[in-house]
Amino acid sequence: MAAPLINIKEVSYEYEQTKALDHISMTVEEGDFLAILGPNGSGKSTLLKIMLGLIRPSEGSVELFGIDSKQFKHREWIGYVSQKSNSFNSAFPATVQEVVAGGLAKKAGLFHKMPKNTAQQVEEALDAVGMKSFSNRSISELSGGQQQRVFIARALVSKPKVLILDEPTVGIDVQNVQAFYDMLAALNRERNITLVLVTHDVDTVTDRISHVACLNQTIHFHGFKDQLHMMSDEKREAWYGHSVRKIHHTEGSHTHA
Amino acid sequence: MLDAILSYEFLQNAFASGLIIGVIAPLLGVFIVVRRLSLIADALSHVTLAGIAGSLYLSQSVGALALLNPLYLGIASSVMGSMLIERLRSVYKHYEELAIPIILSAGIGFGAIFISLAEGFSSDLFGYLFGTVSAVSRQDLFIVAGIAVIVLAFIRIFFKELFVLSFDDEYARASGLPAKWIHFLFMIVTALVIAGSMRIVGILLVSSLMTIPVATAMRVAKSFKQTIWLSILFGEISVLTGLVAAFYFDLAPGGTIVVTSIAILLVILAYRKISLSKKRGAAA
Repeated sequence: MAAPLINIKEVSYEYEQTKALDHISMTVEEGDFLAILGPNGSGKSTLLKIMLGLIRPSEGSVELFGIDSKQFKHREWIGYVSQKSNSFNSAFPATVQEVVAGGLAKKAGLFHKMPKNTAQQVEEALDAVGMKSFSNRSISELSGGQQQRVFIARALVSKPKVLILDEPTVGIDVQNVQAFYDMLAALNRERNITLVLVTHDVDTVTDRISHVACLNQTIHFHGFKDQLHMMSDEKREAWYGHSVRKIHHTEGSHTHA
Repeated sequence: MLDAILSYEFLQNAFASGLIIGVIAPLLGVFIVVRRLSLIADALSHVTLAGIAGSLYLSQSVGALALLNPLYLGIASSVMGSMLIERLRSVYKHYEELAIPIILSAGIGFGAIFISLAEGFSSDLFGYLFGTVSAVSRQDLFIVAGIAVIVLAFIRIFFKELFVLSFDDEYARASGLPAKWIHFLFMIVTALVIAGSMRIVGILLVSSLMTIPVATAMRVAKSFKQTIWLSILFGEISVLTGLVAAFYFDLAPGGTIVVTSIAILLVILAYRKISLSKKRGAAA
């Protein structure tokens, strides 16, 4: 059996004497579409940052593609889309094409030029997210939803096996959130890209994902989304910190906070 | 003017240095501006002042150092300042901007002490503060050329990494780029450019040559590469016009260069305003 793409082993993280994560263990297998859900301050983004190697866990370890994350060299296998507002300078003078090409920097390698077919690879990545016609537009002229699609294209251009997204719909119009998740589901289904996603859009995302992890400092549930309704009321309350209403829809079970 | 340049070595030195600085200062300035590090350039230029003043004082008081080119100590203090800024930024993780006023005031403080110890400097210091046309030596030109080689090689080698780091540093780190090292090298190269540019533009105005042409280019450029080329173009126009004006009217070149670059900025801003209102008029 192939090693899980991401294997989190007993990971804890403490920040200024506050425990943000407490002995988290979970795996992400090839083809999963995993949503990590939890209230504000539950450690969702911290867990993603540990997966990405942006921060080191206080205890435990992470394996990426069967290799300890400290020794893992193929970062281009993991695409990352951050919360747009956090790290992106919205007035940056660059075209969509230039931004997406930046996704090939690591793959090309230090001291090496960009590959000769960069323009073609960028075009393919933009096509995958429905933004091909925006190639020469300035990134600062686009709407929040369009910018997030460009950032997904930047992550896709290095042909990653896993895409990690931190609240990717922050700043996107409500009308466009559905279309955004449809696009992610198509990437998962048609290109077999494993997706790990932190989100608050529980209702919108539930129909499209395969797995759920309920996090609040510790893992309260991790498994197929269809098994989520089997979570006891006590466990739900422990997860979200207050009572959580369970609503059954005809097509499956959804959880509302 | 051409006759004068061909006849006098000091003018050749000044114009050749100016042409080189007109390329490297705005080139590096593009990355400084988009990374919102403009104030760091100011802090480093003031640290350079301390090095220059220290060197001028030493050359007055220690006979063996009488012929020491102040640029060397200026470069050394600027590079040291860039390392100290990085160290302070990691000490004050939640108040990273504090590093800038600390280093800036330290630079002025040490500079003021050295100036007082030597009981003031005459034209030498004035030249370092506001630039000079007449006092650029062949040795200064070689130092500036050497710095230019380092800067161009650095940008050429690390362009794609610098672009990603400037656009989104969290993404750069997540994708496994050696962001910390590249940033460290970037700070050292910035310190070198500041120290090298100050002979022509002056310590007090050097950061403006790294920021004003970039600010102008950003108003009209359609892409990152275009921003770089236009910044260099505006930088070169400012330096050449400023040097010619400084020579003919016997003014400090730092002042004429900066005033020219501001004039270009105003022209571009007016052009943008007129073209935007024309577009709105056509759409209405």
